Amino acid sequence: MYNYTAFDKDFVTTRAEQFRDQVQRRIDGSLTEDEFRPQRLMNGLYLLLHAYMLRVAIPYGTLNSRQMRALADIADRWDKGYAHFSTRQNVQFHWPKLQDVPDILKALAAVDMHAIQTSGACIRSVTADHFAGATADELADPRPTAELVRQWSTDHPEFAFLPRKFKVAVTGSLHDRAVTKFHDIGLRLVQNANGAPGYEVSVGGGLGRTPMIGQVLRDFLYQADLLPYLEAILQVYNQIGRRDNKYKARIKITLHEHGLEDIRQRVEANFALQRGRFNGADQDILTRIEADFRPPAFKSASIHHFEAQRAQDPFFKAFTNTNLHPHKNPDYAIVTVSLKAHGATPGDAGSAQMRALADIAARWSHNELRVSHEQNIVLPHVHKADLPEVYESLRLAGLATANIGLISDLIACPGMDYCDLATARSTNVAQGIAQKFDALKREHIIGPLKLKISGCINACGHHHVGHIGILGLEKGGIESYQITLGGDGTENAAIGKRIGPGFSADEIVPAIERLIRAYLAHRQTADEAFLTTYRRLGPAPFKAAVYPEKEPKNEL
Amino acid sequence: MTLKPALHILTANDLLSGEVVYLTKSGAWSPRHASANIFVEGSLAAKRLAEIERSDISVVGPYLAVVKTSGTQPVAPEHFREVFRAAGPSNRFIGKQTHV
Ligand code: SF4
Repeated sequence: MYNYTAFDKDFVTTRAEQFRDQVQRRIDGSLTEDEFRPQRLMNGLYLLLHAYMLRVAIPYGTLNSRQMRALADIADRWDKGYAHFSTRQNVQFHWPKLQDVPDILKALAAVDMHAIQTSGACIRSVTADHFAGATADELADPRPTAELVRQWSTDHPEFAFLPRKFKVAVTGSLHDRAVTKFHDIGLRLVQNANGAPGYEVSVGGGLGRTPMIGQVLRDFLYQADLLPYLEAILQVYNQIGRRDNKYKARIKITLHEHGLEDIRQRVEANFALQRGRFNGADQDILTRIEADFRPPAFKSASIHHFEAQRAQDPFFKAFTNTNLHPHKNPDYAIVTVSLKAHGATPGDAGSAQMRALADIAARWSHNELRVSHEQNIVLPHVHKADLPEVYESLRLAGLATANIGLISDLIACPGMDYCDLATARSTNVAQGIAQKFDALKREHIIGPLKLKISGCINACGHHHVGHIGILGLEKGGIESYQITLGGDGTENAAIGKRIGPGFSADEIVPAIERLIRAYLAHRQTADEAFLTTYRRLGPAPFKAAVYPEKEPKNEL
Repeated sequence: MTLKPALHILTANDLLSGEVVYLTKSGAWSPRHASANIFVEGSLAAKRLAEIERSDISVVGPYLAVVKTSGTQPVAPEHFREVFRAAGPSNRFIGKQTHV
């Protein structure tokens, strides 16, 4: 992974000390909250419902064991012994005290981490495929590109005050696990007809109040042109993006209002100017970055023990059925560790669990971990011979839940339990659904299903792209949950459609249960996934099941 | 500021801990909803809020929240958001509920 240079280290350490001074001046009254707020937000410090929240960047979700241990130490020393891994591949501490935050930032800087640009109208922490550099279905590793974009966008003087926040995601696989079509800029690593490496560049995707699927601005951009082209897009957005209305300020609205062709012309004209300003130094940097992302030295060993253990331990077998993904080295596997034990809060990990993950990664995953936007932790490089021991260690840490890709592997934002913007809770619904389907012992029968819950229209829980989405709102003074169906965050991007009126907090879990029963009744085979059945039949049978009283009366 | 006729309390977050606090009769801040001073007069509540916004640096984001009473029941928040603020998160026994 990327190794901080002396410059990087100095940068994050200095930033922490600057913030110490700002916090001191806030506490002694020299700064008002209005003056301090933008400064704390630039360091990822929010004030939420019950406490401050510090959002720490984990660029493209990659971290090493030492960093994971440092996060666990921070959780114990300055928070409440746990951390929340978010849908932006970041980590959030939900209980820091203001006066402790400079020390937390210092502890982060000591392990090459920071909280810069995790908030505010700037280019946010770059995200990428959480299986990057490991997955069998990859054309190229997206992380060097993501790291180049991170370096270019960090403290970029021109893009510190954009009309609104700006998110970039990168994937190097045909199968899009990075939700690139729903980012302000989505980059897909591709090759042209001559085999030259480059990018397909999409813009204007986003969730939130006005969900939109990103549109392809350039179907092929040479690798060497990436930064001038990004610079061109950002300059155009900075100039014509709306600043009069924050609900219309994202680039998706700029694109919608001006049209793709107009934006393309502006970007291309600007790109022609930018190109001359880049003299190739960025490509030298990219070459150096690529060296940091060389694959680890994979070992050779017999996988006989793995096969034997699968045959004899049904729990291990169930785990390997759901939580493994094919690695580019056939003797290896990518292990997804579920942070969704049934009834737990999605994305939360206790400090002991974080240390266990750090130890497991150090011993069996070449020291590497990933945070997925689906709020799980990934061990990207585990030799199959080591899987029985990895499984046992995970089990002892309460981390061996075999539910990846199933209904209880659901995404939920913090919702009204923590978030000051929330209109309803989301974790209660997540817990209720996971416990219900665990009790019914049906989730393995139901099969692959992505259920996503947001506690308000901002859609941090990605409900628009859930096969089943749940949006928590307030209606008539109570929490009300709307169901959407048919969303898809992959290369077959689709925005879920609302199926009808919302349900109260007590009614939503039974409604989801009726919906799933309808799916089981209507699927053609046990292998037909929920989304396929939905696409085949449309919403009608699901609506009828969810709102049974609305069914026409049987006249016979 | 004109307020709809209702019972109000004054609430904010503590500057250092971020914890939800309520203004008491004595003018101190308490983490307990039950200790909040109840303003019957809207104009008085608005005036007190303005004073705090101007001069109290120990809290962040003060505002007036509506409360309701019924019979001999203790005063309760009107909006469910305020119920969660007063009680702590519902998914973990970790916030206010541990010490209030
Ligand atoms: S979706 Fe809304 S409630 Fe959930 S974290 Fe985002 S802003 Fe908060």
